[in-house]
Order: sequence, then structure tokens, then C-alpha cells
Amino acid sequence: MSAMSDALLTTPLNALHLELGARMVPFAGYSMPVQYPTGLMAEHQHTRSGAGLFDVSHMGQLRLVGPDAAAAFETLMPVDVIDLPVGKQRYGLLLTDEGTIIDDLMFFNRGADIFVIVNGACKAGDIAHIQARIGQRCEVIPMPECALLALQGPQAAAALARLVPGVDKLVFMTGGAFDWQGTDLFITRSGYTGEDGFEISVPGTQAEALARALLAQPEVKPIGLGARNSLRLEAGLCLYGNDIDTTTTPPEAALNWAIQKVRRTGGARAGGFPGADKVLAQIDNPASLAKKRVGLVALERVPVREHTELQSEGGQKIGEVTSGLLGPTVNEPVALGYVAPAFAAIGTRVNAIVRGKAVPMEVRATPFTPANYYRG
Amino acid sequence: MTLKFSKDHEWINAADANAAVVGITVHAQDALGDVVFVDLPEVGALFAQGEVAGVVESVKAAADVYMPVAGEIVEVNEALRADPSLANSDPLGAGWFFKVKLSDAGQLAALLDETAYNDFAANS
Repeated sequence: MSAMSDALLTTPLNALHLELGARMVPFAGYSMPVQYPTGLMAEHQHTRSGAGLFDVSHMGQLRLVGPDAAAAFETLMPVDVIDLPVGKQRYGLLLTDEGTIIDDLMFFNRGADIFVIVNGACKAGDIAHIQARIGQRCEVIPMPECALLALQGPQAAAALARLVPGVDKLVFMTGGAFDWQGTDLFITRSGYTGEDGFEISVPGTQAEALARALLAQPEVKPIGLGARNSLRLEAGLCLYGNDIDTTTTPPEAALNWAIQKVRRTGGARAGGFPGADKVLAQIDNPASLAKKRVGLVALERVPVREHTELQSEGGQKIGEVTSGLLGPTVNEPVALGYVAPAFAAIGTRVNAIVRGKAVPMEVRATPFTPANYYRG
Repeated sequence: MTLKFSKDHEWINAADANAAVVGITVHAQDALGDVVFVDLPEVGALFAQGEVAGVVESVKAAADVYMPVAGEIVEVNEALRADPSLANSDPLGAGWFFKVKLSDAGQLAALLDETAYNDFAANS
């Protein structure tokens, strides 16, 4: 191991990962399990058919506290924070003053606070940004003492409900506080796989005990970050740093669905977020977009990876792939990428240039696999 | 004839110098994970030692396959093209990549034997 790895952080489940035989890799500054001995394909398939346990403790958890927290947080994002009911979760986007994406996140109205989960690689910057912009209006409280586990898959509810009765009553994008053997958990019914499932915030001191209790359930197997990536890509979900970053705006990233009407032109609280002029102009005039994110499927069995150039059938450069792999469930090469808007319509044929050869691809709707969320 | 190994993690069985068999090692397929795609060279193609002759991809990564010795491709493993997982399940057998007619059998001497390769792989 190099000197670099000595500086890596570890999660509270590190010893368990090693005991389970995980292959550990550096990710977002942490030593994280990329796969266990069963391998990525089996882990991916198990999450689509059973229940997979993921350690996502590298992600950032924080709380925003105070009567003005929702109104303040809303000034940083183009989404409706103020009207999110207590007990509900929503997807959000922190934007630069140019309207490009600093990070994507999930936030939850717990009544007493807003509970926020951000990407691991972005968390220090996000917390500094939030503190600098709205720290005068609410308390910004990082939660480094908490681990985060995800239990994902069609059997996740049955497995978790055996340990934590009542979680099966939650529906997609809701959650609540639960007790597990005297430990306070905060559980949401959400995730990053396209499957039904849960994310569980747990004190780091109790995380290993909870993980072991979950792994003792017959449906549950440990799943690494490799399968997490293939699962989210089949689900058509963006990976920050690949598919969205500070060079992309929400309309370019095809994330208009995350911008509620109340924040758009003509809405009761239109604008009032960083980069609003640019973002709203792009929504109001889609023809002005320079690029647009699309789903792509290769028509030959060749994986098409990130940074692969996309060309028109006439050989003109029209864009680039930002994530791509052979989807284990769909059993064909899938990708996300950006193309010139003229090539963004479903069914459009383009070519990916893989090792100098043109691989035909077709623009497809996402998700590539049907979402399997529990809506009650 | 025993196997010889390159530091690029290919093995070669040159029992037949006109059709030496080349594949990737147990260590290589383990590092890659589940292999989902192979790009094999054209039969008749000529390669120098160390040139990229193919590609092997898992879900998470792509890696080049290098020529352990100079030579001409005389056959490729169509069964591997159809089922790339053979590179995982039987890397030294049914998961072979291609056969080479050696240009210079003397290049074999500089390759690693199994013990030396295992030592190299364990420390790389």
C-alpha cells in the first residue's frame, strides 16, 4: 500500500468489510468496499432480486436548525423547500451563481430540523458553502458521528421490518425516527438503485451491530460500490462528478423534474436561487441549450465508457459519454452522456468512438430498467 | 511445455511454436472482476512484443491485452467472444484469448516462470 492510503479515512464498518473479504479502494477520501468475494455481477443481481446492504457512511449528513432554515435553504436551490411537508424527503441541487451544479442531495423535513444527505466527495465544500451562504439564518450542524447504511431491493422491507417493525409502512420518499434495541435510527424509504429500499442513519458506534443484524437476515448480502454504480446507472440516476458537475446546469442535465413549478417563471416563488436568470431562461427556451443529457444504449455488445466521444452518423463531434458500462440486468451496454440538442430525441442514432471504431448507439429513455419504488 | 508469464499479466503456452496459446492470468481476471467483453485481434494480424492486441473489460474497468511475444495471430477464441465470463471461470483453459505463430521463440526465455510471476503479481 502507498503512503496515500495511510491518509484515507475509514467508516465505522471498516473491520466488518475486511472480515467479509471486501476489496477496498480509495473513494471520496475513504477506504471503501468496491466489491465482496461474490463479485459485482452477483451483487448487482442480488440487489435486484433480494436485499443488498451498502455502507454509504462516506456521504455527508447534516442538519439545518431554526425557524428560518427552510426559507434560507431554498435560496441555495431551485427546488421547493418551504412547502415540503413534515415527514417527506425531496431531491435538491446546490447551484453556483452561474446556475451550474455544486452537488445534488436529498433533504428531509423532520419538523425540528431539515436533515440533508450530500455526496461524500463534496461534503466539505457543501458544508462550507451552506455555512457561508445561510449560516446567519440557521444552524448548520454536520453529523460526522453518524454512519449511513442503505438496504436496497425488493426484499429490503421484509428484512428490515423484522428488526425495526413499522418501516414497511413508509412509502417512497418518506421516513421517520425508529428505535432499534435502544438505538435511535432515522430511516427514509429511498435509495440510489432504482429498487425499493431504505437509507438508515445510525450512530457510528452502533453501525456495525446494526449491519451484522441486517446481514443475519436470509435476504441480505453485502454489496460494494461497484454494484452501486451499475445499479444507479441502469436506474438512470446521475453520479455527481461524472454526469453532473459545475459545467452543467439542471436543464442541460435533464433535471427539470427536480424544479417545482413554484420556483419557475410565473410561480409564486419564482427565481431567488443562484443562477436563476440563466436556469429559468433555459427552462423557458429549451432551444437555447448547448447540450443535453440523454440515455444511450449501444447496438453492439461493446461497453462505452465515460469520456468516449459521440459523433453524428456524419462523423461530426456532438458530445461525450459521462457514465457507461454493460448493464448486468438489462444485459446490454448502457450509458449517460451529453449531446447537442438536435440529437437528444429518443431513437436518434449516434456513434460512439471506441478505440478508433464507431459503435452505433441509440438515444433511449431512462431508466433503462423499470423503477421499483414502493408508493403504497 | 509449461506456461510462461508476462509482467502485463498474460500467460503463454508455446508447446506449439506455430500456435502458442495466450490468455490472461488468474491474478489479472481476479483484479478485473467479472469480465463482460473482450475485443480480440484479427486473424493474420502481426504484432510486436508488448503491443496491444486486444481489450478485456469488466463492468468496472477496461484493460489492454498485450502481446507477450512478437508474432502473427493464427486463431482467436470465438467461444470467449460469445461468453466473456470464461476468462473468469477458466482463465488458463477455456478462457484463452488467441493463438500466435511466434516470430522469435527466443523471446520466451525472458518471460517469467510461474513461481517468479506469482511473486511479481503478489507484490504489484
